[in-house]
Amino acid sequence: MQLTDRKKVVVKKEMSLMEKLYIPAITQGMTITLKHFFKKGATVRYPEVKREIAETYRGQHVLKRDEQGAERCTACGLCAVACPAEAITMESAERRKGEENLYREEKYASIYEINMLRCIFCGLCEEACPKEAIFLTDRIVPVSGNRKDMIYGKDKLVEDINHPIDLSYRQTKAVAEFKKDKTKAHNQTWKDKQNLIKEKSH
Amino acid sequence: MLIFIIYKTILVLLVFLISLGIAAYSTYAERKVAAFMQDRIGPDRAGPFGILQPIADGVKMFMKEEIIPTVSSKFLFILGPSLAMLTALMSGVVIPWGGHLTFGGQTFPLQITDINIGMLYVFAVVSFGVYGIMIGGWASNNKYSLLGALRASSQMISYEIAMGLALVALIMKTGTLSLGQIVAQQGDGLWNIFYQPLGFLIFLICAFAETNRAPFDLPECETELVGGYHTEYSSMKLGFYLFAEYINMFVSSAIISSLYFGGFNIPFQSHFGFDGNLLSLLQVVFFFGKIFFFIFFYMWIRWTIPRFRYDQLMFLGWRILIPLSILNILVTGVIMMRHEIFYYLSNIF
Ligand code: SF4
Ligand code: SF4
Repeated sequence: MQLTDRKKVVVKKEMSLMEKLYIPAITQGMTITLKHFFKKGATVRYPEVKREIAETYRGQHVLKRDEQGAERCTACGLCAVACPAEAITMESAERRKGEENLYREEKYASIYEINMLRCIFCGLCEEACPKEAIFLTDRIVPVSGNRKDMIYGKDKLVEDINHPIDLSYRQTKAVAEFKKDKTKAHNQTWKDKQNLIKEKSH
Repeated sequence: MLIFIIYKTILVLLVFLISLGIAAYSTYAERKVAAFMQDRIGPDRAGPFGILQPIADGVKMFMKEEIIPTVSSKFLFILGPSLAMLTALMSGVVIPWGGHLTFGGQTFPLQITDINIGMLYVFAVVSFGVYGIMIGGWASNNKYSLLGALRASSQMISYEIAMGLALVALIMKTGTLSLGQIVAQQGDGLWNIFYQPLGFLIFLICAFAETNRAPFDLPECETELVGGYHTEYSSMKLGFYLFAEYINMFVSSAIISSLYFGGFNIPFQSHFGFDGNLLSLLQVVFFFGKIFFFIFFYMWIRWTIPRFRYDQLMFLGWRILIPLSILNILVTGVIMMRHEIFYYLSNIF
């Protein structure tokens, strides 16, 4: 079966006199380099100029909060299992009374670390997460001169409560529609759940 | 006499400083040329367009830790780069940079000294330069350095023969070894390149090999020998080696343009009607234009042609360039003696 038409039969023939002289070939090469000399470079002068990036660019992670500002992550560890680079580590803790506004589920991640030096930004953690807690954003991970600084803990990963990151454009329409369906447990926030319990007990 | 000494001292200092300045800025130019040829921008952070880059590089070189390997011979280890630098700077002495300057009835030639064996002097000094590399490579006590040094010495010796033979043809034509006279001869007539195209080609190729520039940079080829003869060197001693290479490039560009491209002569200069001093200064500018072109040419070649394999290098040197240069001498001789040959033949038949 022929897959492409780029097949080339290699013939090992003696070089002709012209080819043996090398000078025509060298002048040809020099014309090419000279042409490139006057071409505009392809360099983007980062950080002054930033390259346009796709909306679905896979950059620095964010640990999302829900609408009430509670952390969505439940420390299930699925992201860590899915991660091909083994970049994610976490420790779980149980939610105490009075912390309901901080954590959405009864179990939460007390420590959550992503090693940005190991991460290959494949986005598999985002795909694996059942709680829509982790997302990759279009932010670029800044460089550092020190390995320790490249292990991002919750302080850097969890979204700032006052500046939520809008990631709705990363979702397909179907997903956005599905998420409005509050009868599905998956879409309920902690408050929704409380309301449901109240309704049931009535 | 005193004026003479002062003048020569100033000239020597000037040539010294200009050589260093041009070598420093060649590093910058090299990086820029490489960048442009690869569709990049090159250094542009230090100062406008990065023109302060060589100063930053120099400061960096001086600030680096100076390491002398304990197993090396300390004296020879320091002698290596010093010799390389010394010989690189010495060959600039015989190059005629321009015509004469006249002040108060006294003429000052723009050449440090026009010794009548100028070309031989350049040759001697350039061949001496290989000792810097050899000694450095040997004293490092490192196999890569030693291999680099070996390559450098055998390469230089091989290509010096072809270079010398190419020059013999030129000297047959000009009849003098003095660079000043060779340049003066090209003043009104054609440049020597038109009489010696093959000789020029051979000389050019050998000049590339002598200065250890790509595609003949085998002594320091990074892909095989780490850094070649300067693997063990650090700080400004490494800087000296790199600097010496660029000064060599500058000097050999000056020599190529003096020998084959009319030196400081401007084409049709006698028709412009400039007076002495102005013409001399213009000549200097023009000469530097030619030199810069050749420096650019060196870089152009470097970023175009891949490195030779070592056996190819030896093949080219011994089995192609040397026979070609001998042929060149023969042809030059026949052309020079054509009247005598015709006379002789017509007598026979
Ligand atoms: S993006 Fe990929 S590599 Fe990075 S943490 Fe997520 S799963 Fe691991
Ligand atoms: S981020 Fe998602 S997948 Fe990872 S532990 Fe938290 S809830 Fe589980």
